[in-house]
Amino acid sequence: MSILHTVNKSSFEKSSLDSCLRYAKDGSTLLLYEDGVYAALKGAASEEKIKSAMQNHKVCALGPDLKARGFSQDRVIDGVSLIDYAGFVDLAAEAEKVQAWV
Amino acid sequence: MSEEERTDDEGGVIKKFMYVNRRAPYGTVYALESLEVVLIGAAFDQDVSMVFIDDGVFEIKKGQDTAEIGMKNFSPTYRALEMYDVEKLYVSQESLAERGLTEDDLLVDVEVMPDSRIADLMDEQDVIFTF
Repeated sequence: MSILHTVNKSSFEKSSLDSCLRYAKDGSTLLLYEDGVYAALKGAASEEKIKSAMQNHKVCALGPDLKARGFSQDRVIDGVSLIDYAGFVDLAAEAEKVQAWV
Repeated sequence: MSEEERTDDEGGVIKKFMYVNRRAPYGTVYALESLEVVLIGAAFDQDVSMVFIDDGVFEIKKGQDTAEIGMKNFSPTYRALEMYDVEKLYVSQESLAERGLTEDDLLVDVEVMPDSRIADLMDEQDVIFTF
């Protein structure tokens, strides 16, 4: 089992996502939520970063946070799994520990 | 600063107020607070403009639905700004592009312009509030 890394800050404003990706080991899971979900948008400056992260990590984003911000699944980079709150709980329970890059 | 002083019908000075919005909605309270300040300020009949740059462009994304996050969706309020004579809404072209957004994604009529033009507008203001 490995670490669930959570990122809740906008990657356009803060370096949380970059720091997370610098330390996250291969096979660990990345969950984007709250303002962190903006990094998962197609066509955004963060797209290549997320695509590259998907080669070594499972990448998820919290659906309710995307919906709140006006984005449906078709605006999200292919391969990013959208999950709901129950899915968040499952990821946290399955992981050995959670590292929150707040 | 404005080159000449403008006044209203009663001789009161009209200043150019600009509200700069650069935060995403919901993650922090800045966007909502800015909107409230704009609405309060609108009562004073000043020359008001709102600018959306950086993550502020996300404030006016169409189709926001906050039912599942338990927060108030305040995005419809941007469409009511017109009723308060807040009609000058400017959006950074570069900030939209960086986020994979286009003008069609926005829920209000705005003027999309390059940052250089926004810098010129900032230069013309009497007062600037940044959130």
